[in-house]
Amino acid sequence: MAHRHRTRSHARPPASAEALARGLGWFSLALGAAELLGARSMARWLGMERHESLIRAYGVREIATGIGILAQKDPAPWIWGRVAGDALDLATLSGALRDPKAHRDRVAVAFGAVMGATVLDVACANALSGQEPPRHRRAVDYSDRSGLPRPPGQMRGAARDFEVPRDMRIPDALRPYRQPRRQERPQPSM
Amino acid sequence: MKALRWYGKGDIRCEQVPDPGIEDPRDAIIKVTSCAICGSDLHLYNHFMPGMQKGDILGHETMGEVVEVGSAVRNLKVGDRVVIPFTIICGECDQCRRGNYSVCERSNRNAHLAAKAFGHTTAGLFGYTHLTGGYAGGQAEYLRVPYADATHVKVPDGIPDEKLLFLSDIFPTGWQAAVQCDIEPTDTVAIWGAGPVGQMAIRSALLLGARQVVAIDRIPERLSMARAGGAIAINFEEESVIERLNELTAGRGPEKCIDAVGMEAHVSMAHPDTILDRAKQAVMLETDRPHVLREMIYVCRPAGVLSVPGVYGGLLDKIPFGAVMNKGLTIRTGQTHVNRWTDDLLRRIQEGQIDPSFVITHTAGLEDGPQMYETFRDKKDGCVKVVLKPQ
Repeated sequence: MAHRHRTRSHARPPASAEALARGLGWFSLALGAAELLGARSMARWLGMERHESLIRAYGVREIATGIGILAQKDPAPWIWGRVAGDALDLATLSGALRDPKAHRDRVAVAFGAVMGATVLDVACANALSGQEPPRHRRAVDYSDRSGLPRPPGQMRGAARDFEVPRDMRIPDALRPYRQPRRQERPQPSM
Repeated sequence: MKALRWYGKGDIRCEQVPDPGIEDPRDAIIKVTSCAICGSDLHLYNHFMPGMQKGDILGHETMGEVVEVGSAVRNLKVGDRVVIPFTIICGECDQCRRGNYSVCERSNRNAHLAAKAFGHTTAGLFGYTHLTGGYAGGQAEYLRVPYADATHVKVPDGIPDEKLLFLSDIFPTGWQAAVQCDIEPTDTVAIWGAGPVGQMAIRSALLLGARQVVAIDRIPERLSMARAGGAIAINFEEESVIERLNELTAGRGPEKCIDAVGMEAHVSMAHPDTILDRAKQAVMLETDRPHVLREMIYVCRPAGVLSVPGVYGGLLDKIPFGAVMNKGLTIRTGQTHVNRWTDDLLRRIQEGQIDPSFVITHTAGLEDGPQMYETFRDKKDGCVKVVLKPQ
């Protein structure tokens, strides 16, 4: 049943994921600086003048995340931090899409850009965390691995002789099926 | 002797360490003939569980031959063949006398740490953090077994290791998960996670007589193994779990739900809560990812039962407890009370009712352990379960 098996070792995440993480780190720094220094003009362009301070705060967040990605040995937690930031950005822009004072067409463009970044962030974070999408893996058929001596349909209920211990039973009132009166299961003994 | 030692996230090494010896009259030393890598070892490998120290020896699914016994051990002798349960039990405390072995009051030598984390201590475990005693594990050539007169399952000769090894953990764990559901012939049992414990839970639910068993996963080979065991498979990346479960139960939802996933649930764009969980985990706003719990609570039929064998370590966020209360759900959880079930399960193996070796997809030497951890974590090459042969 079992087979001997050897695989090559590569404990590190793929180089492409690390390169993407570095790119996202620099992107975070650049976007953060733009949000921090150009918050007023960005807010005007989007028609979100009331949110100038929020944009500045988001800029600080982007810079902190960018530093984390580029400075830490394991960038994965910081990329997940970017994903959380993306969620905040999307929530803010969703609100602006319903705001009659905002330039909704421009907000929609920004929303699309953040969505694109989110897809990249999640893909990168998954690759760094070793969660390779299943479509890249070779599927193996285990349809012969039942572990049962007969087809499952014939094995259904083969262990009905087992008495569920009292502390694991559901209350009788919730029982849809009336079983014959059960005997008390003896207490475990060593 | 050789042993697999933990050095940090993704860093496990096969190294020479001193052989273990008898430290207490109730000890025994086991020459390990087979051991396995468990899904919950991955929480250590990925460093989501706190309390590990560099150089700790891993492993809690072990069997072998007794090579030395302490002076107080009367029911074991050199040459006996034993499976070692992952929970260390004294057999004498109030909880052990009740059969609640996984919360043995005496076997955790770091009980004060566990009490700080959980309010009270739980049992000592092999190879599973200093919160549970810091005991050396069984992914090694030899294992010291504390309280060995209670902490063992004696097994007969003539049955291969592969059929017996999983009495140490995943078979009784899957069994207890199903038993906790108190399965009725009218029940639909939905099982999240078709890894080794999920596979054992599928077969246990079927043997205990569930009307239909549903397995939820995204890995094709796990799903094909689940189908082989009689389950209806749902690939959650290809269809809506909630819609499909409602369809299979005429809109009523499954009566019984089993979480065989635990703290490291998948992360995908299709489930926004998983992305938020992963981000929160990264910045330490929560420790575990409870997507499966949320989905179970939502989809379970009112007055149903949730059974949770999946390992959780700490704090979870956004659990819809209002649904638990208003739907009147029963939640049963816990590490497995292994010795409570093993007499019965050993008999079922001997009688041929089930052969747990079906789950083994990879067998390797102990020195290949570090690579096998990676293969198992990444589910490469159809890997569902790894057995290591130290000798």
